[in-house]
Amino acid sequence: MRLNHRPLRSGLALVAAATLVLAGCASSDRDGEGGSGGGSEGGGATGGDFVFAGSAEPVTFDPFFASDGESFRVARQIFEGLVGTEPGTADPAPLLAEEYDVSDDGLTYTFTLRDGVTFQDGTDFDAEAVCFNFDRWYNMPASAQSPDLTYYYGALFRGFATGETSGDAIYESCEAGDGVATVNLKSPFAGFLSALSLPAFSMQSPTALQKDQDDAAENPRQTTYSAGAPVGTGPFTFESFTPGENVTLVRNDDYWGDVAKVDRAIVVAIDDPTARADALRAGDIDGYDLVGPADLTALEGEGFTIENRPAFNVLYLGFNQKQKPLDDIRVRQAIAHAINLDEVVSTSLPEGTVKATQFIPDVVAGYNPDVTTYEYDPERARQLLDEAGATGATIEFNYPTGVSRPYMPDPEATFNILSTQLQAVGLEIKPTADQWDPDYLEKIQGTSDHGIHLLGWTGDYNDTDNFVGVFFGTEQPEWGFDNPELFGKLREARQIPTVEEQTPLYEEINEDVMEFLPGVPLAHPVPSLAFAPGVEGYTASPVQDEVWNAVTVEQ
Amino acid sequence: MIRFVLRRLALMVPVLLGLSILLFIWVRSLPGEGPARSLLGTRATPERIEAINEQYGFNDPLLEQYLRYVGSLLRGDFLSSIRDGKPVLDTFFDKLPVTVELSLAALLFAIVVGIPLGYVAARYQGRAPDTAVVSGSLLGVATPVFFLALLLKLVFANWLGWLPATFRQTPGIDATQVTGFAVLDGLLTREYDAAWDAVLHLLLPAIALGTIPLAIIVRITRASVAEVLQEDYVRTAESKGLRRRTVARRHVLRNAMLPVSTTIGLQVGLLFSGAVLTETVFSFQGIGSYLFQAISQRDYPVLQGYIIFIAIMYSLINLVVDLLYGVIDPRVRVST
Repeated sequence: MRLNHRPLRSGLALVAAATLVLAGCASSDRDGEGGSGGGSEGGGATGGDFVFAGSAEPVTFDPFFASDGESFRVARQIFEGLVGTEPGTADPAPLLAEEYDVSDDGLTYTFTLRDGVTFQDGTDFDAEAVCFNFDRWYNMPASAQSPDLTYYYGALFRGFATGETSGDAIYESCEAGDGVATVNLKSPFAGFLSALSLPAFSMQSPTALQKDQDDAAENPRQTTYSAGAPVGTGPFTFESFTPGENVTLVRNDDYWGDVAKVDRAIVVAIDDPTARADALRAGDIDGYDLVGPADLTALEGEGFTIENRPAFNVLYLGFNQKQKPLDDIRVRQAIAHAINLDEVVSTSLPEGTVKATQFIPDVVAGYNPDVTTYEYDPERARQLLDEAGATGATIEFNYPTGVSRPYMPDPEATFNILSTQLQAVGLEIKPTADQWDPDYLEKIQGTSDHGIHLLGWTGDYNDTDNFVGVFFGTEQPEWGFDNPELFGKLREARQIPTVEEQTPLYEEINEDVMEFLPGVPLAHPVPSLAFAPGVEGYTASPVQDEVWNAVTVEQ
Repeated sequence: MIRFVLRRLALMVPVLLGLSILLFIWVRSLPGEGPARSLLGTRATPERIEAINEQYGFNDPLLEQYLRYVGSLLRGDFLSSIRDGKPVLDTFFDKLPVTVELSLAALLFAIVVGIPLGYVAARYQGRAPDTAVVSGSLLGVATPVFFLALLLKLVFANWLGWLPATFRQTPGIDATQVTGFAVLDGLLTREYDAAWDAVLHLLLPAIALGTIPLAIIVRITRASVAEVLQEDYVRTAESKGLRRRTVARRHVLRNAMLPVSTTIGLQVGLLFSGAVLTETVFSFQGIGSYLFQAISQRDYPVLQGYIIFIAIMYSLINLVVDLLYGVIDPRVRVST
């Protein structure tokens, strides 16, 4: 027998690889200590861990620099704002401010602060702390005044103390009194209180910020503070973050409100919805967000609890008017008439989904029950296409793959049904699929290289401008139209100091939009969460203002 | 010997250089607007994108960027991730234990189960056990890793509920890290609960990943044992009255193991690539899933660094193996 020297050589590669690797890794020593456990002291504590899965890891723990849902999810446990929301609704409600008062001109907001609240590091929560936070936001260094870092402040407060946008800034000053903080604005902003319910405007400990945060850092999302030492007033205290593993939060036993019932809240990231469902079934997690429509019935049948968030979103089919023949209103109307919404909803969206008639859900001010609607009428669609000379026209249809959003749980399925309906009235569809992040969003929102497309939006807080203003407030590559009249009306509406006064104008705007038809609003799908049978006390919120202090887990 | 080592090390230089050029061109030809847009998101202004491109030198001519990159490599600097700012080398060694532990567990499974099965098949050639093993291994080799992974999850985690379906360890478990190998750490620190927890989490991924190597090992062992069983020395050993077990151990298996060990060696590379899929299905945060994220985020330094580092590791391992080979088998000495 001839001795071949390959076998031994290759077999040994394994041993050598292991040795090399072991040697290389022996020096890698991370602190993997879990939580303290915490015992069971504290009001009504049931103890144990609550393990919750989102779809991605938080980007930062300083919510001021965040705009993603996963960062906000964790921030909501650690931090609180002056204003919260009524549980289960999108309406503003007192939180760290027990009361608030607005002057008639909409320029002065007086917040009466909750007494006896301290930050998790022992710092008192008082008017000075409130003003410290407002002033910090306003005085962000130039390097942080960019939408990718401070999107919400830039979009809602419109400008900073310095820089190009300073002229547009609506914040003027904050005065600290005894238990009262007064915030003065330069121009009215009807959505101010609602906006303050966003985690981005949470109250953070001035002591901790001064010690560990550097807003001027090259990446203020990754400083000592924002990567591992955030301090707020919420029911959970930050304990640790191991990238790729989890975020561990422990109960804040000194919390001013209802002390959390579980010892620890552990947040993990599983990007695939099916893998999240599997993890729940296997008992690896206690609950998860963004349940895929395909898993809903199955999970419910297996005894898991499904919690639905009231729909506070819109899924739409957008038109890029830079692409012919979409610039022709008759073609846009034809597409609207070609769509059978009942079929779209029943075949591709979860149960409970409401058909949309406009770009806002009905709980938002300015919802107009009498807007122009486009009934399913394929004959009319064909006629309109014929009039426009667009029969048989080829239309690019962009849709994302490998993603489920609360407003778009299964884009492939929605695309399929819409595509069939459009072909039925004589349009040629050229499908273009892209990976969601970053390709799809980049293409749709950043370039003109797309035709009709699926996209949507979940409202951040209850404000009409947060829907229609976001979509149609300025000329944008997504829509490819310039409509100064619409832009002007939206600008005007934003300046009106109260919601009551804004409402008629927004109703008018919603009608204008549906006549102009920049896209077809399709539906308000119901986003769902799923929990193991032993989990109780989770209140779903339309704006995802879900704090876990009431959650109990049967151990 | 030293000359041999030096020559081999010198040979690595052109290989790595060639790889670095190919890699450099490949990562820059990924579609999209590059790492700045992925990092900053769709809300970023063109100015911010420009600033990041400027900061990382992405606006410079490609050749200049490449030379600068090679320069930093030569200084031992593998740069830092654009996405999370962490040094590429640090995250690599942080995540390497996850992937290696999984691969080793899979290999262990394949060897421990595969060799006895192959032996049994050869012993009972043409009979029922043989047919069962051969058809089983055909099925094993034909089943894609991710499909088997999902199937195992479905049956053992979801239906039967015997084993966990996700993560390396139960989230939030109190486990001290020493080496980064979860099972080993649990044993070293006497946190036996944590070690056991890690073993349970490893079972399904290791079986999923180890099934293809298992099937191959079974088939090679079977063929090799069958061949050795025909040798004169086996017949002699048997006819002089040695017990069957002794013959099997001393004469058959020992000689049959040479081609099997070749196969095992060849599986190491395959295991690493299969680990990427397995890590994704079971939410293990190893090198594979990080590399996957780096592709979608266009994180150039991570992509370049990880792949080059894997290549260096492989080259070094190969070299060490060649040297060890000479030590173990005196008939094959390094001749230079």
